[in-house]
Amino acid sequence: MNLTLTIIGQMIAFAVFVLFCMKYIWPPLMNAIEARQKKIADGLSASDRAEKDLMLAQDKAKDQLKDAKAKAAEIIDQARKREAKLIDEAVAKANAERDVILAQAKAEVEAERNRLREDLRKQVAALAIAGAEKILQRSIDEAAHADILEKLVQEL
Amino acid sequence: MAAGELTVSSHIQHHLTNAKMCTVDGSVAFNKACSEAGFWVLHIDSLAWSIGLGILFLWLFRKAAVKASSDQLAVPGKFQCFVEILIEFVESNVKSTFHGKSKLIAPLALTIFVWVFLMNLMDLVPVDVLPAFAGWVGATFFGMDSHDVYMKIVPTTDINTTVALALGVFVLMIGYSIKIKGVVGFIKELTLHPFHTKNVFVQALLVPFNLLLEVLALITKPFSLALRLYGNLYAGEMIFILIGIIGLLQLPLHFIWAVFHILVIVLQAFVFMMLTIVYLSMASADNH
Repeated sequence: MNLTLTIIGQMIAFAVFVLFCMKYIWPPLMNAIEARQKKIADGLSASDRAEKDLMLAQDKAKDQLKDAKAKAAEIIDQARKREAKLIDEAVAKANAERDVILAQAKAEVEAERNRLREDLRKQVAALAIAGAEKILQRSIDEAAHADILEKLVQEL
Repeated sequence: MAAGELTVSSHIQHHLTNAKMCTVDGSVAFNKACSEAGFWVLHIDSLAWSIGLGILFLWLFRKAAVKASSDQLAVPGKFQCFVEILIEFVESNVKSTFHGKSKLIAPLALTIFVWVFLMNLMDLVPVDVLPAFAGWVGATFFGMDSHDVYMKIVPTTDINTTVALALGVFVLMIGYSIKIKGVVGFIKELTLHPFHTKNVFVQALLVPFNLLLEVLALITKPFSLALRLYGNLYAGEMIFILIGIIGLLQLPLHFIWAVFHILVIVLQAFVFMMLTIVYLSMASADNH
């Protein structure tokens, strides 16, 4: 154990080293560490936020999909109903038209038959008169016997 | 070993002697010429190795610091990560022990830890290699007897280094005490504790006793700091030297002791750092 002047030299060296470390080594490294810690913390919170945003967006997308599906089903339903309605209307209209046409045709046929029957009756009356004239061999006073003839025509 | 005891003890003695430098009659003298110089001697090997290792530490860490501050958010390299782990380690130790605010304590602790560790680390260099090399250099280039070339490569086995460190811490302890408590507060702490009464006369009787106790307690701290580090490293070095003289068998023994010593050198550096922090936080604590 021999204490010498070396102590002073070592103390000076020690002081210089500590001062250098305090000025030029510790602060920049500590600043860098703190800056990086902050960056990491920011990044972590940002990723948390992004995850939350993603969840929200997924929920929203799901809701929208559900809405769209419901709307599509509604539209299809409406279209079906409309189709059925259109078909019913068309059938009804066609039926009505058919009835009208049938009625007209029936009426025409009836009118034609009536007309023919009238003609026939007139011809029969004329034939009856002609036959009666021939049988009686004389001319019948048409004016005097019109009532008889009329009666005959009625009977035919 | 023909000369037996003498050779062995002179070998050990050679290993335990520092390279000295002093002035004799106005000119620079070395080693044995300095035996009369007393205090006014420089141990140039301790100084050179410790300052060299200190500069190595500052240079390496400064490189990391420059890199870190050039782009704070860049991905750090492996060395920078290592440096930052050390810094975080020291920072957490300081924060858990020292509760005041100080820009000095943490860098001080880091410097002590790394510097003392590097100086201790020299203990793991095989004991004969560098002294033998120095002897060869002295004999070849300077025409000296290689036995006159001394080279002690572990600065912490020189008590001057450990005392210098402890004195540096001691100065800071006094400085912090005075800065936090004021001169009066510091004197009060030294004289009114641990025995304190309201009675002025009894207190006057107690003051010398208190002073003795408190000054002893204060002085013991740097002493224990210096002697703990010195003793551990000196003993470790001694055992390395003893193992080194027993021939071939030294290899397994040296390995075992070196492995154990890895623990010792880290632990001693850590203890020195921790105690420095503890002493300084005690010095700056306001209540006793």
